[in-house]
Amino acid sequence: MSLDAPFKDPFFRDESFFGDYSYRNSPHAVKRFPFPFPEDDYMYSVNMEPHVKGRPGSVFEHYFDVDEHYVSEMRDRARVLEQDPLRCQSLPHMTLAGWDLLELIMEKFAEDYPHWFSLTKDGNRWHWINRPLGIDQKFTFLDESTLPYGPFEYITRQAQGDFTLQDQREDNLWIEAGMVTSQADWSLDFDIGMNFHEWHAPVPLAHQMGIFDRALKFLLALQYGAPVRRFNWTMTVDPLLDTSPENYPKWGPSKTTMTPETIGQRQHLRVELQTLIRLPRSNAICFPIRCYLISLDDLVTQPKWARRFHRVIRGLPDELATYKGFIRNKPMILEYLARFDDGAPTSPGWWPED
Amino acid sequence: MSNQTRMNVTVTEVVEVNSLIKRFRFVREDGGAMPGFSGGAHTVVEMDDNGTRRLNAYSLMSDPADSSGYEISVRRDDSGRGGSLFMHKGVKPGMKMVISQPVNLFGLDLRARKHLMIAGGIGITPFIAQMAQLDSLGHRFELHYAARDADLCAYGAELSARYGERLHRYYDVEKQAIDLANLLKTQPIGTHLYVCGPKGMIGWVLSTAQKMGWPKGALHSEEFLAPPVGEAFTVQLSRSGVSIDVGPTQSMLEALEAAGIDAPYLCRGGACGQCECKVDAAEGEILHYDHWLSDDQKAAKTHIMPCVSRFKGERLVIDL
Ligand code: HEM
Ligand code: FES
Repeated sequence: MSLDAPFKDPFFRDESFFGDYSYRNSPHAVKRFPFPFPEDDYMYSVNMEPHVKGRPGSVFEHYFDVDEHYVSEMRDRARVLEQDPLRCQSLPHMTLAGWDLLELIMEKFAEDYPHWFSLTKDGNRWHWINRPLGIDQKFTFLDESTLPYGPFEYITRQAQGDFTLQDQREDNLWIEAGMVTSQADWSLDFDIGMNFHEWHAPVPLAHQMGIFDRALKFLLALQYGAPVRRFNWTMTVDPLLDTSPENYPKWGPSKTTMTPETIGQRQHLRVELQTLIRLPRSNAICFPIRCYLISLDDLVTQPKWARRFHRVIRGLPDELATYKGFIRNKPMILEYLARFDDGAPTSPGWWPED
Repeated sequence: MSNQTRMNVTVTEVVEVNSLIKRFRFVREDGGAMPGFSGGAHTVVEMDDNGTRRLNAYSLMSDPADSSGYEISVRRDDSGRGGSLFMHKGVKPGMKMVISQPVNLFGLDLRARKHLMIAGGIGITPFIAQMAQLDSLGHRFELHYAARDADLCAYGAELSARYGERLHRYYDVEKQAIDLANLLKTQPIGTHLYVCGPKGMIGWVLSTAQKMGWPKGALHSEEFLAPPVGEAFTVQLSRSGVSIDVGPTQSMLEALEAAGIDAPYLCRGGACGQCECKVDAAEGEILHYDHWLSDDQKAAKTHIMPCVSRFKGERLVIDL
């Protein structure tokens, strides 16, 4: 595949997620940002809802959201993989689940974005075209030798967001494949092979609240054809997708260099739109973790979000701010946000103008 | 269950396989492709049996790679509640039905170095799909299939023709029995064992393997109970205050559904745990038929599985 293909469609921004950080959201992208707080406070909960198509223009309009950052994000993924190939791993028994995911992504992309992607099938002989990335691939479904990478790596190099695949057995889920280059400080190489409770061990409070027991029970019964979604969020300094433990020395110190003058541009709310999908042939569960970044300066352009975000951060338990890695800058963030909170009530739900 | 997890289908074939078993083929009413599925999965078939709505789970036996249709086999149970009788007598080619998307509670462990399968009678059906899938993946497997006689050994001859040495058949009438101890002793390390068949067979296979030191994670079994018939009883729902009568050939889950309550379920056979309900009060005896609750939970009368279990006594109140 050729990632240096020219950006033919001006919809896709040419930008970077490291170095000069030229990543920006267009005004349109700000408006459709998936602001994850339906209320003025936040605590962990089993927040899952059916993953059904939502408002036109929103990130819920399509099964998978392909946005203006697509091409640059895929280029960033290739860069990270080049430095550290272990960001993509798939244990041998997960290959079938990889094919399941490849089929799902190709079908949904082609159905939802026919001007960019197309898939034609003649039995197991498939033809895939990805115009934004300049890819034209003929291959045989379920025959690995006909693709340049394994099916899981092949397709997740062409889809925004991290992906993990969980095998289901012994009444548990096991994380046994992943493409993880835009993660909020966790390591696939460390977690691979763990079960649901093991990989969630570092999370504070939620275990005692029974959240993981309930979530696991729900997921074990997740049905084909009825995917669900949830949000998670954290804070990131500079629009860096790859906030990995492996590279912590490179990005951790950036937290100490933020000032009241630069905080509006540099501090980003990082939102993960996570979906949980039962795959057909393998019975595995796929977990796409789609990351969206918005600077505080852009966030406060929506008055409802500005007021609410201030209240959420103000009321957040210190355990969560510590776990999410921004306890040090919490006072500075609050000081910045307080200027946009006049105390007026906010309407329920996360849409900016409702 | 939501609409996304159900499909409208047309029955395209009904085949009498032997004196007890019929095979049914379903294709989608809209002509679309069926979703792929994993070997061991079942579908829940909805039936309108003279005004009684029955939902029975049947293992998918067609090739998971065949997206043109799904096939199941149904063994007639003359003394049962009528679900299988309805399938045998009432379902004809051309009929429209509703079935669920596939659900797998008997999945293959694809880490296995070898898959050793033991089937009894109609318990063969999930293995037919599993073997097709394993064969196309190039995995190593072997199936031991016991039935009363050659006639009741449904699909035995075809499977032998397809899989040759990997298939072993045993007929009760000819006093042939699986030499289980020897079989388990001679398996390579990393073998997984799967059993599906009558309750007695499952118990025998699992306990033999456990005694011989097989790891729990390498043992897989599936037994669907048909909801047993029994005496009528009444259940009270504490949250809504409603009382619901459960008929003699109806399960409590079916009675809840008939009353318009959207109760959770997956297997409808006492195996998956989805329908588990807290019991607020039970003055009388809970007839626990499931294999989900622990013996302690059963004895304490704190929980009940409405898909199969019944009640005999003065008053049953559940948290629903
Ligand atoms: C099966 C798919 C899932 C995977 C692979 C997954 C993976 C992870 C990982 C790797 C972490 C970071 C843990 C660390 O600090 O090392 C995490 C955090 C967390 N997960 Fe999951 N998770 C899954 C599903 C869920 C579900 C269904 C819930 C629902 C309640 C959930 C709730 C959480 C919460 C509350 C956190 C803490 C997040 C934060 O405060 O930033 N996860 N998860
Ligand atoms: S529905 Fe599976 S145990 Fe009741």
